[in-house]
Amino acid sequence: MIYLQLFYEFFKAGLFAVGGGMATIPFLYAISASTGWFTHAQLADMIAISEATPGPLGVNMATYVGFITCGIPGAIVATVGLVAPSVIIILIIARVLQQFRHNPYVEQAFYGLRPASTGLIAAAGVTVVKVSLLDQDLFAATGVWTDLFHWDALALAAVILVLTNWVKPTKKLHPILFIAAAAVVGVVFRFAGA
Amino acid sequence: MRLKEYWELFTAFARVGSMTFGGGAAMLPILQREILERRKWVTEEELLDYYAIGQCTPGIIAVNAATFVGRKRKGIPGGIVATAGMIFPSLVIILILAAIISSVSDMAVVQNAFAGIRVCVCVQIFNAVVRLAKKSVVDVWTALIFAAVFLMNIFLPLSPAWYVLFAAGAGILLHTLGIVKKGGAA
Repeated sequence: MIYLQLFYEFFKAGLFAVGGGMATIPFLYAISASTGWFTHAQLADMIAISEATPGPLGVNMATYVGFITCGIPGAIVATVGLVAPSVIIILIIARVLQQFRHNPYVEQAFYGLRPASTGLIAAAGVTVVKVSLLDQDLFAATGVWTDLFHWDALALAAVILVLTNWVKPTKKLHPILFIAAAAVVGVVFRFAGA
Repeated sequence: MRLKEYWELFTAFARVGSMTFGGGAAMLPILQREILERRKWVTEEELLDYYAIGQCTPGIIAVNAATFVGRKRKGIPGGIVATAGMIFPSLVIILILAAIISSVSDMAVVQNAFAGIRVCVCVQIFNAVVRLAKKSVVDVWTALIFAAVFLMNIFLPLSPAWYVLFAAGAGILLHTLGIVKKGGAA
Protein backbone atom coordinates (compact mmCIF):
# COMPACT_ATOMS: atom_id res chain seq x y z
CA MET A 1 0.00 0.00 0.00
CA ILE A 2 2.80 2.40 0.90
CA TYR A 3 4.43 1.53 -2.43
CA LEU A 4 1.29 2.56 -4.24
CA GLN A 5 1.24 5.86 -2.35
CA LEU A 6 4.95 6.37 -3.05
CA PHE A 7 4.39 5.75 -6.74
CA TYR A 8 1.39 8.10 -6.82
CA GLU A 9 3.20 10.96 -5.04
CA PHE A 10 6.20 10.77 -7.35
CA PHE A 11 4.08 10.31 -10.45
CA LYS A 12 2.37 13.57 -9.50
CA ALA A 13 5.74 15.29 -9.04
CA GLY A 14 6.92 14.00 -12.41
CA LEU A 15 3.72 15.17 -14.07
CA PHE A 16 3.60 18.69 -12.66
CA ALA A 17 7.25 19.61 -12.11
CA VAL A 18 8.03 21.94 -14.99
CA GLY A 19 11.50 23.16 -15.87
CA GLY A 20 13.87 20.47 -14.64
CA GLY A 21 15.50 19.24 -11.45
CA MET A 22 14.89 22.06 -8.97
CA ALA A 23 11.18 22.05 -9.85
CA THR A 24 10.87 18.69 -8.08
CA ILE A 25 11.80 20.27 -4.73
CA PRO A 26 8.43 21.94 -3.95
CA PHE A 27 6.70 18.60 -4.51
CA LEU A 28 9.08 16.88 -2.12
CA TYR A 29 8.22 19.47 0.54
CA ALA A 30 4.53 18.84 -0.06
CA ILE A 31 5.14 15.08 0.32
CA SER A 32 7.10 15.69 3.52
CA ALA A 33 4.28 17.82 4.94
CA SER A 34 1.45 15.46 4.03
CA THR A 35 3.06 12.09 4.83
CA GLY A 36 5.81 12.76 7.37
CA TRP A 37 8.02 10.22 5.58
CA PHE A 38 11.04 12.48 6.02
CA THR A 39 11.85 15.81 7.73
CA HIS A 40 12.61 19.18 6.17
CA ALA A 41 16.20 18.91 7.38
CA GLN A 42 16.57 15.50 5.73
CA LEU A 43 15.20 17.00 2.55
CA ALA A 44 17.83 19.75 2.56
CA ASP A 45 20.53 17.08 3.00
CA MET A 46 18.99 15.16 0.15
CA ILE A 47 19.19 18.16 -2.17
CA ALA A 48 22.89 18.50 -1.38
CA ILE A 49 23.56 14.81 -1.98
CA SER A 50 21.65 14.90 -5.25
CA GLU A 51 23.64 17.88 -6.44
CA ALA A 52 26.95 16.28 -5.48
CA THR A 53 26.30 13.02 -7.34
CA PRO A 54 25.94 12.39 -11.06
CA GLY A 55 22.54 11.95 -12.66
CA PRO A 56 19.49 14.17 -13.03
CA LEU A 57 18.65 16.03 -9.81
CA GLY A 58 15.01 14.92 -9.72
CA VAL A 59 15.88 11.26 -10.24
CA ASN A 60 18.51 11.36 -7.49
CA MET A 61 16.05 12.93 -5.07
CA ALA A 62 13.33 10.40 -5.87
CA THR A 63 15.75 7.52 -5.31
CA TYR A 64 16.93 8.97 -2.01
CA VAL A 65 13.43 9.71 -0.69
CA GLY A 66 12.21 6.28 -1.79
CA PHE A 67 15.11 4.61 -0.01
CA ILE A 68 14.55 6.53 3.22
CA THR A 69 10.85 5.72 3.09
CA CYS A 70 10.95 1.99 2.32
CA GLY A 71 14.40 0.74 1.37
CA ILE A 72 15.59 -0.43 -2.02
CA PRO A 73 12.12 -1.36 -3.37
CA GLY A 74 10.95 2.10 -2.30
CA ALA A 75 13.81 3.73 -4.19
CA ILE A 76 12.90 1.89 -7.37
CA VAL A 77 9.15 2.57 -7.05
CA ALA A 78 9.68 6.30 -6.39
CA THR A 79 12.10 6.67 -9.31
CA VAL A 80 9.89 4.81 -11.75
CA GLY A 81 6.92 6.89 -10.56
CA LEU A 82 8.84 10.11 -11.20
CA VAL A 83 9.95 9.25 -14.73
CA ALA A 84 6.74 7.51 -15.87
CA PRO A 85 4.84 10.72 -16.79
CA SER A 86 7.82 12.01 -18.81
CA VAL A 87 8.11 8.78 -20.74
CA ILE A 88 4.38 8.57 -21.42
CA ILE A 89 4.07 12.23 -22.48
CA ILE A 90 7.10 12.13 -24.75
CA LEU A 91 6.02 8.87 -26.39
CA ILE A 92 2.65 10.48 -27.12
CA ILE A 93 3.88 13.83 -28.43
CA ALA A 94 6.87 12.43 -30.35
CA ARG A 95 4.50 11.74 -33.23
CA VAL A 96 3.23 15.28 -33.33
CA LEU A 97 6.48 16.95 -32.38
CA GLN A 98 6.33 19.98 -34.65
CA GLN A 99 2.64 20.66 -34.11
CA PHE A 100 3.18 20.49 -30.36
CA ARG A 101 6.17 22.78 -30.38
CA HIS A 102 4.42 25.48 -32.34
CA ASN A 103 1.00 25.10 -30.76
CA PRO A 104 0.04 28.58 -29.49
CA TYR A 105 -1.73 27.19 -26.41
CA VAL A 106 1.39 25.34 -25.30
CA GLU A 107 3.45 28.52 -25.56
CA GLN A 108 0.77 30.50 -23.71
CA ALA A 109 0.48 27.95 -20.93
CA PHE A 110 4.23 27.97 -20.43
CA TYR A 111 4.24 31.74 -20.24
CA GLY A 112 2.29 31.28 -16.98
CA LEU A 113 3.96 28.03 -15.91
CA ARG A 114 7.55 29.22 -15.86
CA PRO A 115 7.17 32.02 -13.29
CA ALA A 116 4.89 29.77 -11.20
CA SER A 117 7.53 27.05 -11.12
CA THR A 118 10.15 29.62 -10.13
CA GLY A 119 7.84 30.91 -7.37
CA LEU A 120 7.37 27.37 -6.03
CA ILE A 121 11.12 26.78 -5.92
CA ALA A 122 11.61 30.12 -4.14
CA ALA A 123 9.02 29.11 -1.53
CA ALA A 124 10.81 25.78 -1.03
CA GLY A 125 14.00 27.81 -0.58
CA VAL A 126 12.37 29.62 2.34
CA THR A 127 11.84 26.25 4.03
CA VAL A 128 15.52 25.43 3.57
CA VAL A 129 16.38 28.81 5.11
CA LYS A 130 14.23 27.93 8.11
CA VAL A 131 16.09 24.69 8.82
CA SER A 132 19.57 26.00 8.11
CA LEU A 133 19.82 29.69 9.00
CA LEU A 134 17.11 30.18 11.62
CA ASP A 135 16.66 28.82 15.14
CA GLN A 136 12.92 29.20 15.61
CA ASP A 137 12.80 27.03 18.75
CA LEU A 138 15.30 29.18 20.62
CA PHE A 139 13.59 32.36 19.44
CA ALA A 140 10.20 31.08 20.58
CA ALA A 141 11.68 30.25 23.99
CA THR A 142 13.59 33.48 24.62
CA GLY A 143 11.83 36.04 22.41
CA VAL A 144 15.15 37.78 21.80
CA TRP A 145 15.39 38.58 18.09
CA THR A 146 19.14 37.91 17.91
CA ASP A 147 18.37 34.33 18.93
CA LEU A 148 16.35 33.84 15.75
CA PHE A 149 19.45 33.55 13.59
CA HIS A 150 22.31 31.08 13.47
CA TRP A 151 24.83 33.87 13.00
CA ASP A 152 27.69 31.55 11.99
CA ALA A 153 25.47 29.95 9.35
CA LEU A 154 24.37 33.38 8.13
CA ALA A 155 28.01 34.43 7.74
CA LEU A 156 28.80 31.27 5.76
CA ALA A 157 25.77 31.87 3.54
CA ALA A 158 26.94 35.43 2.84
CA VAL A 159 30.43 34.22 1.91
CA ILE A 160 29.10 31.51 -0.44
CA LEU A 161 26.66 33.99 -1.99
CA VAL A 162 29.48 36.42 -2.78
CA LEU A 163 31.82 33.69 -4.05
CA THR A 164 29.22 32.14 -6.35
CA ASN A 165 27.97 35.41 -7.81
CA TRP A 166 30.53 38.18 -7.79
CA VAL A 167 34.04 36.75 -7.44
CA LYS A 168 35.28 35.89 -10.93
CA PRO A 169 37.75 33.06 -10.14
CA THR A 170 35.30 31.17 -7.89
CA LYS A 171 32.06 31.94 -9.72
CA LYS A 172 32.45 29.14 -12.25
CA LEU A 173 33.63 26.50 -9.77
CA HIS A 174 31.61 23.32 -9.55
CA PRO A 175 28.82 23.33 -6.91
CA ILE A 176 30.33 20.19 -5.34
CA LEU A 177 33.35 22.22 -4.22
CA PHE A 178 31.12 24.63 -2.32
CA ILE A 179 29.19 21.75 -0.76
CA ALA A 180 32.46 20.13 0.36
CA ALA A 181 33.80 23.41 1.74
CA ALA A 182 30.54 24.07 3.60
CA ALA A 183 30.75 20.58 5.13
CA VAL A 184 34.27 21.30 6.40
CA VAL A 185 33.18 24.66 7.86
CA GLY A 186 30.22 22.94 9.50
CA VAL A 187 32.48 20.35 11.14
CA VAL A 188 35.16 22.83 12.26
CA PHE A 189 32.69 25.30 13.77
CA ARG A 190 30.25 22.61 15.03
CA PHE A 191 27.26 23.99 13.14
CA ALA A 192 24.85 21.41 14.53
CA GLY A 193 26.16 22.01 18.03
CA ALA A 194 26.95 18.28 18.15
CA MET B 1 21.37 -8.61 -33.05
CA ARG B 2 18.35 -6.66 -31.88
CA LEU B 3 19.26 -7.26 -28.26
CA LYS B 4 22.66 -5.76 -28.91
CA GLU B 5 21.10 -2.53 -30.16
CA TYR B 6 19.01 -2.22 -27.01
CA TRP B 7 22.12 -2.87 -24.94
CA GLU B 8 23.94 -0.09 -26.80
CA LEU B 9 21.03 2.26 -26.16
CA PHE B 10 21.06 1.37 -22.47
CA THR B 11 24.82 1.78 -22.01
CA ALA B 12 24.99 5.01 -24.03
CA PHE B 13 22.44 6.67 -21.78
CA ALA B 14 23.95 5.12 -18.66
CA ARG B 15 27.16 6.91 -19.67
CA VAL B 16 25.30 10.19 -20.07
CA GLY B 17 23.56 9.69 -16.72
CA SER B 18 26.82 8.95 -14.93
CA MET B 19 28.60 11.97 -16.37
CA THR B 20 25.93 14.61 -15.79
CA PHE B 21 25.86 16.57 -12.56
CA GLY B 22 22.66 18.41 -11.79
CA GLY B 23 20.80 17.52 -14.98
CA GLY B 24 19.07 19.95 -17.29
CA ALA B 25 21.46 22.37 -18.98
CA ALA B 26 24.55 20.51 -17.74
CA MET B 27 23.49 17.52 -19.80
CA LEU B 28 23.36 19.10 -23.24
CA PRO B 29 27.13 19.10 -23.98
CA ILE B 30 27.40 15.48 -22.83
CA LEU B 31 24.44 14.41 -24.96
CA GLN B 32 26.03 16.20 -27.89
CA ARG B 33 29.28 14.29 -27.47
CA GLU B 34 27.85 10.85 -26.70
CA ILE B 35 24.72 10.67 -28.83
CA LEU B 36 25.44 13.09 -31.67
CA GLU B 37 29.18 13.07 -32.34
CA ARG B 38 30.17 9.56 -31.24
CA ARG B 39 27.10 7.59 -32.28
CA LYS B 40 25.36 9.88 -34.78
CA TRP B 41 21.94 8.69 -33.60
CA VAL B 42 20.39 12.14 -34.00
CA THR B 43 21.11 15.35 -35.88
CA GLU B 44 22.06 18.60 -34.20
CA GLU B 45 18.63 20.06 -35.02
CA GLU B 46 16.81 17.06 -33.59
CA LEU B 47 18.78 17.24 -30.37
CA LEU B 48 18.06 20.94 -29.92
CA ASP B 49 14.40 20.30 -30.74
CA TYR B 50 14.19 17.55 -28.12
CA TYR B 51 15.84 19.84 -25.68
CA ALA B 52 13.45 22.70 -26.35
CA ILE B 53 10.47 20.33 -26.05
CA GLY B 54 11.94 18.90 -22.85
CA GLN B 55 11.79 22.38 -21.40
CA CYS B 56 8.18 22.90 -22.37
CA THR B 57 6.82 19.56 -21.24
CA PRO B 58 6.51 18.46 -17.64
CA GLY B 59 9.01 16.09 -16.13
CA ILE B 60 12.72 15.58 -15.95
CA ILE B 61 14.46 17.13 -18.96
CA ALA B 62 17.15 14.44 -19.09
CA VAL B 63 14.50 11.72 -19.12
CA ASN B 64 12.54 13.49 -21.84
CA ALA B 65 15.63 13.62 -24.07
CA ALA B 66 16.45 9.96 -23.43
CA THR B 67 12.89 8.90 -24.28
CA PHE B 68 12.97 10.89 -27.53
CA VAL B 69 16.27 9.44 -28.74
CA GLY B 70 15.37 5.90 -27.68
CA ARG B 71 12.02 6.09 -29.42
CA LYS B 72 13.61 7.33 -32.60
CA ARG B 73 16.06 4.39 -32.61
CA LYS B 74 13.82 1.53 -31.52
CA GLY B 75 10.26 2.69 -31.03
CA ILE B 76 8.47 2.56 -27.71
CA PRO B 77 10.64 -0.21 -26.19
CA GLY B 78 13.67 1.83 -27.21
CA GLY B 79 12.30 4.87 -25.39
CA ILE B 80 11.87 2.84 -22.23
CA VAL B 81 15.30 1.18 -22.48
CA ALA B 82 17.08 4.51 -23.02
CA THR B 83 15.28 6.02 -20.01
CA ALA B 84 16.16 3.01 -17.88
CA GLY B 85 19.80 3.50 -18.90
CA MET B 86 19.66 7.18 -17.99
CA ILE B 87 18.38 6.56 -14.45
CA PHE B 88 20.41 3.41 -13.72
CA PRO B 89 23.62 5.14 -12.52
CA SER B 90 21.60 7.46 -10.24
CA LEU B 91 19.83 4.52 -8.65
CA VAL B 92 23.05 2.63 -7.94
CA ILE B 93 25.09 5.60 -6.71
CA ILE B 94 22.34 7.06 -4.52
CA LEU B 95 21.46 3.67 -3.01
CA ILE B 96 25.06 3.10 -1.97
CA LEU B 97 25.38 6.63 -0.57
CA ALA B 98 22.02 6.51 1.20
CA ALA B 99 22.92 3.23 2.87
CA ILE B 100 26.24 4.65 4.07
CA ILE B 101 24.74 7.94 5.25
CA SER B 102 21.85 6.39 7.15
CA SER B 103 24.31 4.21 9.09
CA VAL B 104 26.53 7.15 10.12
CA SER B 105 23.90 9.86 10.46
CA ASP B 106 24.04 9.84 14.28
CA MET B 107 27.72 10.74 14.38
CA ALA B 108 28.45 14.30 15.53
CA VAL B 109 30.85 14.97 12.66
CA VAL B 110 28.21 13.96 10.10
CA GLN B 111 25.54 16.13 11.72
CA ASN B 112 27.87 19.14 11.79
CA ALA B 113 28.89 18.55 8.19
CA PHE B 114 25.28 18.44 7.04
CA ALA B 115 24.39 21.55 9.03
CA GLY B 116 27.13 23.30 7.02
CA ILE B 117 25.99 21.72 3.76
CA ARG B 118 22.40 22.92 4.28
CA VAL B 119 23.67 26.51 4.37
CA CYS B 120 25.28 25.92 0.99
CA VAL B 121 22.02 24.45 -0.34
CA CYS B 122 20.21 27.65 0.70
CA VAL B 123 22.51 29.75 -1.42
CA GLN B 124 22.37 27.34 -4.35
CA ILE B 125 18.58 27.40 -4.37
CA PHE B 126 18.67 31.20 -4.17
CA ASN B 127 21.06 31.32 -7.13
CA ALA B 128 18.87 28.89 -9.09
CA VAL B 129 15.79 31.02 -8.41
CA VAL B 130 17.59 34.15 -9.64
CA ARG B 131 18.73 32.33 -12.78
CA LEU B 132 15.27 30.93 -13.48
CA ALA B 133 13.58 34.27 -12.73
CA LYS B 134 15.69 36.01 -15.37
CA LYS B 135 14.17 33.70 -17.98
CA SER B 136 10.66 33.33 -16.61
CA VAL B 137 9.80 36.72 -15.09
CA VAL B 138 9.71 38.77 -18.27
CA ASP B 139 6.99 41.37 -17.62
CA VAL B 140 4.46 42.65 -15.07
CA TRP B 141 2.14 39.64 -15.42
CA THR B 142 4.83 37.01 -14.99
CA ALA B 143 6.15 39.00 -12.00
CA LEU B 144 2.65 38.91 -10.51
CA ILE B 145 2.32 35.16 -11.08
CA PHE B 146 5.73 34.61 -9.49
CA ALA B 147 4.89 36.73 -6.44
CA ALA B 148 1.40 35.25 -6.03
CA VAL B 149 2.61 31.64 -6.19
CA PHE B 150 5.57 32.36 -3.91
CA LEU B 151 3.49 34.04 -1.20
CA MET B 152 0.49 31.73 -1.44
CA ASN B 153 2.65 28.64 -1.25
CA ILE B 154 4.26 29.90 1.94
CA PHE B 155 1.01 30.82 3.70
CA LEU B 156 -1.38 28.35 2.11
CA PRO B 157 0.21 24.94 1.67
CA LEU B 158 -1.83 23.59 -1.24
CA SER B 159 -0.36 20.89 -3.43
CA PRO B 160 2.07 22.56 -5.89
CA ALA B 161 0.12 20.83 -8.66
CA TRP B 162 -2.74 23.31 -8.18
CA TYR B 163 -0.48 26.31 -8.66
CA VAL B 164 0.93 24.74 -11.79
CA LEU B 165 -2.55 24.16 -13.22
CA PHE B 166 -3.77 27.67 -12.32
CA ALA B 167 -0.66 29.27 -13.78
CA ALA B 168 -1.03 27.37 -17.05
CA GLY B 169 -4.65 28.51 -17.21
CA ALA B 170 -3.65 32.09 -16.41
CA GLY B 171 -1.08 32.01 -19.22
CA ILE B 172 -3.68 30.93 -21.77
CA LEU B 173 -6.31 33.33 -20.41
CA LEU B 174 -4.00 36.37 -20.51
CA HIS B 175 -3.24 35.65 -24.16
CA THR B 176 -6.84 34.85 -25.12
CA LEU B 177 -8.07 38.12 -23.61
CA GLY B 178 -5.37 39.95 -25.52
CA ILE B 179 -3.81 41.33 -22.34
CA VAL B 180 -0.49 39.75 -23.24
CA LYS B 181 0.71 39.60 -26.83
CA LYS B 182 2.71 36.70 -28.23
CA GLY B 183 6.27 36.66 -27.00
CA GLY B 184 5.52 37.97 -23.55
CA ALA B 185 5.67 41.77 -23.21
CA ALA B 186 2.34 43.39 -22.38
